[in-house]
Amino acid sequence: MTETLLPDLAPAYGEIFMAIGAMALLMFGVFRGNKSTELVSLLTAAVMIVTLIITVTWNDTAVYTFENMFVVDRFTSFMKILVLVASALAVFMSMQYFKDEKEERFEYPILVLLATLGMMVMVSANDLMSLYMGLELQSLSLYVLASIRRDSELATEAGLKYFVLGALSSGILLFGSSLIYGFVGSTNFTVIGQTLSQASHGPDIGVIIGMVLVLAGLAFKISAVPFHMWTPDVYQGAPTPVTAFFAVAPKVAALALLVRVLYVPFGEMSESWTQVIVFMSLASMVLGSVAAVVQTNIKRLMAYSSIGHIGFALVGIAAGSQDGLRGLVIYMAIYLVMNVGTFACILAMRRKDGMVEDISDLAGLAQTRPAMAAALGIFMLSLAGIPPLAGFWGKWYVFKAVIATAVADPMATNYGLIMLAVIGVMASVVGAYYYLNIIKVMFFNEPEGEFILQKSRKLKAIMGVSAALMLLFLLPQINAPVLEYARMAAAALIS
Amino acid sequence: MIYAICFYLFATITVFSAIMVISSRNPVHSVLYLILAFFNSAGLFVLLGAEFIAMILVIVYVGAVAVLFMFVVMMLDIDYSELRKGFQKYLPIGGLIGLILLAELLLVGFGWGLSGPVTTDPATAIPALNEMSNTEAIGSLLYTKYAFLFQMAGLILLVAMIGAIVLTHRARPGVKKQNINDQVMRRRGDAYDIVKVKPGQGLG
Repeated sequence: MTETLLPDLAPAYGEIFMAIGAMALLMFGVFRGNKSTELVSLLTAAVMIVTLIITVTWNDTAVYTFENMFVVDRFTSFMKILVLVASALAVFMSMQYFKDEKEERFEYPILVLLATLGMMVMVSANDLMSLYMGLELQSLSLYVLASIRRDSELATEAGLKYFVLGALSSGILLFGSSLIYGFVGSTNFTVIGQTLSQASHGPDIGVIIGMVLVLAGLAFKISAVPFHMWTPDVYQGAPTPVTAFFAVAPKVAALALLVRVLYVPFGEMSESWTQVIVFMSLASMVLGSVAAVVQTNIKRLMAYSSIGHIGFALVGIAAGSQDGLRGLVIYMAIYLVMNVGTFACILAMRRKDGMVEDISDLAGLAQTRPAMAAALGIFMLSLAGIPPLAGFWGKWYVFKAVIATAVADPMATNYGLIMLAVIGVMASVVGAYYYLNIIKVMFFNEPEGEFILQKSRKLKAIMGVSAALMLLFLLPQINAPVLEYARMAAAALIS
Repeated sequence: MIYAICFYLFATITVFSAIMVISSRNPVHSVLYLILAFFNSAGLFVLLGAEFIAMILVIVYVGAVAVLFMFVVMMLDIDYSELRKGFQKYLPIGGLIGLILLAELLLVGFGWGLSGPVTTDPATAIPALNEMSNTEAIGSLLYTKYAFLFQMAGLILLVAMIGAIVLTHRARPGVKKQNINDQVMRRRGDAYDIVKVKPGQGLG
């Protein structure tokens, strides 16, 4: 009798290591106090890097464990790599900021670590319950992070707003989950998918409503229009390194979760959800471009920019094909590098009397800090999607996929999807205005003041490397592995 | 026979204390009656064979919620006669909500009675009481099938705890704490000096 009660832990070694690491670091921090923040940050990043190595070495076909609640395949591996890279960079970027502000708290990196753990579980979730557990672990840590500078009025407001709206979205998601469980009889993604595909008639109305509610709950987390209202306030109010963290890792994780929810349990219902995705995608692209035009605060601008980018990424889901999914995965990888680089620049916007975050403060940066201006210029051009920078290729792959789907049907061309692509490109043109405006301010306006020299070598390195990656994405040595892994990741969900 | 006596005893005291919760003048008495109601409901659950829920009711509701109520009632200075003033004014709307709730309860009750036997899903089957107690059944699911979710819930609670400390804990300056290590390490020389005073000169 070799049967054991212990589930197969091997697929979750990374998560288990992170959980133990977080608890050990918490004990360490509690005994050493806030003066150990730097060491705890470095160790947190080390834990993430070790988890990254564990994730990379797991190179298998889909493996399920914990009663099929947890799945590891190539898609989850790729998304987890993105999440871990984004989180580790966020920890590195935050160190100098909190030191300069004299707000060092050892809990900060630990909360980032626990949030990342929640994201890992989200990416690997194969059950409505593990989905919720991962989502809550992530969200709860993020609420605290948003208001970690509790003496700042803006940060407190950001944390409270995020908490109230996040709790509302969790409620919507849970309500949807309960409807799905009630009408299908299982919470497991695989079982739901099988049950729905075997149903003789179409899915029950209850399942459709449940799915739409779950979709709405997840749309909150990726801040897709019409569930985007919290984003600008939270991005502006939260401390800048926290915003840098918010902008990338949670988005990647929630998007990965959204993709799995749409393709595994509700793959049969693609007709129902494609409409929702097309609408959210369109509305996000348009609002992200138009509303950003009037912004004067660069963090608020980045919030609208991220709403717009989520819209572009959703185009990949709307395509509904393996190529579309590959486009989305590539888009998120490029989005990660662009955003991390941009936020590294925003973190370097520090004058003698403190941080500044207005676009007008960037005036004449090309004369005072030419290297930073060049890097930020590259990021802005890339965010706008100007070829040959990487941002262009992200958009290129999703739009190519959606056009391919639109014309693939021999009976009738899908004009809805063609319209989506056309409006998307137009929105990207409108969006180019505010990205180019920043470049204009940096290069052609007279300098008003000078930023102090950035001490942190990590920040400079992140700026330099991500700018170089944006420029050199065209080289096959750089884009070939990304494209290949993205293809394998997409193939894990749609064959 | 004993079963019936127990049931009527618990049920009567529950209803009585529930009425007293809303009718007693002193809010502290209300909370105490609430605790009595909880204890008797726990007794009813035991009679139903749901001993786990009975324990949870006592531990969670009496141990945490009611004590919290007690704290709030005693710490906050609320003028209860002031709160009671609108009683007549709000009676119609309150009564209406009560009637709607009653109607819904009756609907559920009759609907349940009319719908016939419920088919149980084998995935959620409850083991017979003589085979396994409730607590054991819940535990054997929670620690095997749902161990992963159980651990995740633990982590979420850990985050909640860290969050509460991060957002509210302040190190106050000037608080005198007993440091046993310092006390033990104290030497005679730290406490006093021996000064040789010459006669007629004082300590200057």
